[in-house]
Amino acid sequence: MEPLSWGAIFVGMFTQLIPVWIALIATFAISIFYKRKLGLYGKLFDSTIGMIGYALVMFWVFVALFGAMDMIVTHDPLGQVSGMKNKIPGTPLRGAEDGDYAYYLLGGDNLARDIFSRVMSGASIVILIAPLATLFAYMVGITLGLPAGYYGGKFDTLLSFVANLVLAFPVILLFYLLVTPEIVNTGLPQYMAIVLFFFPLVFFAVLINTRLKQQPEKNTIWLAAVLIPLTIMYCVTINAAGTKIDLLGRLDFFNPAAGILVVFVSVVFVNAPTVFRIVRGLTLDIKQRDYVAAAQTRGEGSWYIMLWEILPNARGPLIVDFCLRIGYTTILLGTLGFFGLGLESESPDWGSTINEGRKLLSIYAHPALPPALALLSLVLGLNLLADGLREESLRD
Amino acid sequence: MGLFILRRLGVMILTALCLTFIVFFLTNLYPNLEKLAKTQGEMRMSDEQVERWLANRGYDQPLPIKYGEWLGVWPSKIINTDDGRTYGRCIESGVAIEDTPRFCGVIQGDWGFSSVFKNDVAGIIATRLSLTGKLMFWVMILMIPSALLIGVLAGMREGSRTDRSLSTLSIATTATPEYVSGVIFIALFAASASPLNQWLASMDWIEGRTLFKGTATSAMENANFNNFFLPVLTISLYGMGYIARMTRASMAEVMTAQYIRTARLKGVSFPNIVMKHALRNALIAPFTVIMLQIPWLLNGVVIVETLFNYKGFGWVLVQAAGNNDIELLLGVSVVSVIVVLITQLISDIGYVYLNPRISVT
Repeated sequence: MEPLSWGAIFVGMFTQLIPVWIALIATFAISIFYKRKLGLYGKLFDSTIGMIGYALVMFWVFVALFGAMDMIVTHDPLGQVSGMKNKIPGTPLRGAEDGDYAYYLLGGDNLARDIFSRVMSGASIVILIAPLATLFAYMVGITLGLPAGYYGGKFDTLLSFVANLVLAFPVILLFYLLVTPEIVNTGLPQYMAIVLFFFPLVFFAVLINTRLKQQPEKNTIWLAAVLIPLTIMYCVTINAAGTKIDLLGRLDFFNPAAGILVVFVSVVFVNAPTVFRIVRGLTLDIKQRDYVAAAQTRGEGSWYIMLWEILPNARGPLIVDFCLRIGYTTILLGTLGFFGLGLESESPDWGSTINEGRKLLSIYAHPALPPALALLSLVLGLNLLADGLREESLRD
Repeated sequence: MGLFILRRLGVMILTALCLTFIVFFLTNLYPNLEKLAKTQGEMRMSDEQVERWLANRGYDQPLPIKYGEWLGVWPSKIINTDDGRTYGRCIESGVAIEDTPRFCGVIQGDWGFSSVFKNDVAGIIATRLSLTGKLMFWVMILMIPSALLIGVLAGMREGSRTDRSLSTLSIATTATPEYVSGVIFIALFAASASPLNQWLASMDWIEGRTLFKGTATSAMENANFNNFFLPVLTISLYGMGYIARMTRASMAEVMTAQYIRTARLKGVSFPNIVMKHALRNALIAPFTVIMLQIPWLLNGVVIVETLFNYKGFGWVLVQAAGNNDIELLLGVSVVSVIVVLITQLISDIGYVYLNPRISVT
């Protein structure tokens, strides 16, 4: 068979991505139709930049979603086919059998794996880790930043010092120190996970308790409904068989793939201090407002004021920063992959794929470019989305 | 002002001490020491041999004492091994045991010995830092003027078409990490298979087969446009967008100020308003941002030096961290922490200096 031309390659990719296009069009049609009823999210569809950003982000979200359902990838992202090493885009699969996709759409990499499938399944890893890690960093940053800004004093001085300490560290040095196999063997990342993952529990407990303190029955039900699943998740996540923290034994039903926990922890650890500083700054500003004084006069507790008066009023800048920070986290994940840290080297995430492709870059450019462009488009989408949100939220 | 700087210096020293202690702690965890012993001694050492190797070199002492030795506030231990050799931080060949100083840490100017490069840490860092300095100098030359130009042009007329396209451009550059732009640049300009290079070569417009070189190793001694432009461009691009956006915001704010309106109503021409009235006030905020951007550039330097194989400070960081070269790693972290903290200090002082409305006290 002849290799495909560039036009045929694009048609091939387009047809392969049909579920994504359908989902994208549906999302946009529904959102634009109901945009007046959807608050800030609806207003996003008034700004062109915001819409472009949203489309880029949702494209990758749907790719990750359908990719996880095995609807997009053409070949096994880890499977090697002999004779396909470093082949250019559009090369027909050697020895294709019935039911196999007949081409390597974006060519083969140095280990004869299909680049198209690797990039598409890499999206699942990035889309899963980046927002979740950012969310955790936010929980940590909010839980510590609110009291630091609200109370001030020694507590604030100490926490700010620690935050500046982490921020003064060159990120890559920190990654090297935390993610090397020797350090992972000592269990240090797991101890950090124990501390960092505890903050969401605290956050939700305080959030519910301050709101429903007056209605003890409802309070108990809500607390139980939220905290019991979270605690179980907490225990099984930090517990891993064959490491220093292995108390649950057979009860441990959830084990994240090797390296993911470590990567997750280090990314949360790097992001949390910045979130802390932002939340602290916003709290310092908002606590001067009259409605906070009114709540204080009503005799509300300090945690109620922080979580139900200050935090909702700080949401605008926080939502914008959240979008930007997911992009930044994606970049950090890529950096880890680029230095071959954390995830296994055969993992299809974009950073590792770029790292593998760059070694032969001046001879074969095609293995490194698709993941690079994928990462670029996702981060660009998040930045444009944040910009659109900022513009629309400033408008009213 | 004096008190402010003094207090900041105190915090700086405390931060540097804490950070180096953390690095010290992490590099001195037992699995790391074991790896060090096996790479330095012999791969097939038994656990006992590893322990003896470490004890002979003083690695089995308690952590605070080892840290004190490195810092130079605790007398360094001299160890006589069973086979009659002596080890110690301060011992140098050619100097008798009686003459060796008791303290030899960072305070005394002795940064230790790199186990990977088999050389003095201070010397390695000095040479590598000067190479990175060369890179950073050109990055600054390229990045700051273009970022300020883009920001001022965009912020001059807020909401205009120029503003929209330049703002989108700066968002795009901040969304492109160095390892993405570097890879794209190499694939486009430095790969012989790229259509651009093939076309240029067929027209006989370039010497050799590519427009730029994909490695900057030769730039360490003899930097020219051909081998040095891509790394410089890659680092500058990521920082450029952020500075440009800050300049744009600050410029847009200044342009709405009362005195600009007054100047316009007086009939001053638009270029004159921008150059003489607005620019000076608009450049206060970007100054802080540029200073705070320097530590970020450090990250870019590590990535770009690895990608383009330019053996500067960032490359040394990767080598030291990858091989658990404890003393070199400590030296590298001291230098980078000092860079971060000093730029913060300069940006604070500069901000006060440029903007009389703000006082430090």
